[in-house]
Amino acid sequence: MSDLAAIVIGGSAGSLEALSVLLPALPADFPLPIMVVVHIPPDKDSVLAELMQNKCDLVVREAMDKEPIVSGTVYFAPPDYHLQVEPGHYLSLSMDEPQLFSRPSINVLFESAADVYGKGLIGIILSGANNDGAQGLRAVVQGGGLALVQNPDEAYSRAMPSAALEACGEAQILTSREMFLFLKERCIHAS
Amino acid sequence: MMMLKIEDIEIRLLLEAIFLKYHYDFRGYSMASVKRRLKRAQEYFGCETISLLQDKILHHSDILPELLGFMTIQVSEFFRDPLYFKTLREKVLPHLRTYPSLKVWIAGCSMGEELYSFAIMFREAGLEDRTIFYATDINPLALKQAQAGVYPLDRIKLFTENHQKSGGHGSLSEYYTAAYDRARFDPSLRSRTVFSDHSLVADQVFGEMHLISCRNVMIYFDRELQDRAIGLFNDSLVRKGFLGLGAKESLQFSSHAEAFESFVREEKIYQKRSEP
Repeated sequence: MSDLAAIVIGGSAGSLEALSVLLPALPADFPLPIMVVVHIPPDKDSVLAELMQNKCDLVVREAMDKEPIVSGTVYFAPPDYHLQVEPGHYLSLSMDEPQLFSRPSINVLFESAADVYGKGLIGIILSGANNDGAQGLRAVVQGGGLALVQNPDEAYSRAMPSAALEACGEAQILTSREMFLFLKERCIHAS
Repeated sequence: MMMLKIEDIEIRLLLEAIFLKYHYDFRGYSMASVKRRLKRAQEYFGCETISLLQDKILHHSDILPELLGFMTIQVSEFFRDPLYFKTLREKVLPHLRTYPSLKVWIAGCSMGEELYSFAIMFREAGLEDRTIFYATDINPLALKQAQAGVYPLDRIKLFTENHQKSGGHGSLSEYYTAAYDRARFDPSLRSRTVFSDHSLVADQVFGEMHLISCRNVMIYFDRELQDRAIGLFNDSLVRKGFLGLGAKESLQFSSHAEAFESFVREEKIYQKRSEP
């Protein structure tokens, strides 16, 4: 029996390619909820969730404030809001200032999720052009969770995965395909 | 039961201390935001632990305003989410026009960006003269800023674009004068505004409102407190009165959901039902 409870994913430039490999491969009855921060310009109405929903068996949507977290669902952070996990296992949004020029911030999501899920959390850092997420992934590991980082050689932009690896030596380096196999093995077969 | 981390214990104790000594009640705020904000404050005040911050705040009341700044101040924009304002102009104001006098409540007005946006919109719609605006916040410094109506000049470009996208008539520049690096908004815009120190956590109903706008304030509340605030709005609205929330907020998870119906779903504008 797996004691894994949730997955958080962060990425920026080039991360949609990796997400498009990873998320559509997961089945509708995937046993964990997945929270995602992808950096997007604040003035854009996000079509990310819609775009991804068309490719996925999982339910994919943009997170609403105070929404209960349900497994088998992918929640994207809305543009211009931070996405956080609250102790009662629901989502909250915040308009506090950007972190590392980013709102939503990967660090904010990862740190709040690490607080709530501890060793039940898997943190995943994908392609991106800045170092947001490094500190958050560190928090995931310090809380006892698992850290996965997209292989910088596969990533469209290697700055984000490289920074995450530097901050977090324990992280496993995987391609997006290998990440899917890892999740399948650890989350589906084990449950 | 899960073991509480020391830091979580410290945060609870600090919030209790702030409440007991200063009667500001953050105990029902959502934890993730409170924690992040308190850690920033802890760093700013140079305290090694949250407990030391508690010691400081209990014994040095002069730092309270600064701490409140960390806990509450929101930087917003004029006409933030322009479509919200456009929808109000096109769909809600025609209803409000049928009333001889109007009360509008900007709850959690912070530094006033939303208040002035409303005042400008109502002036443009010719409704200003029959309207009283109530602008409330728990933070006295924010209220003071709102009353001053002065904003950094480098934000005006964004405000101007938002104003245009919201369906504004003419130019935003008609409403402010620029001096040095700041824009001072026309004081007559706030001549029909009552500024007041009011807490959605602790205070009571606020008169017979026709429209309440409370955006991105309740995202900082936990579900229970959010429910209290929405109940307060319900009790403060006239029948068929309007409630506008932030773009990613919803009444869906509230126990008062039944008291309202969606008026314009995409813009989170609700209308109180006519039956009690």
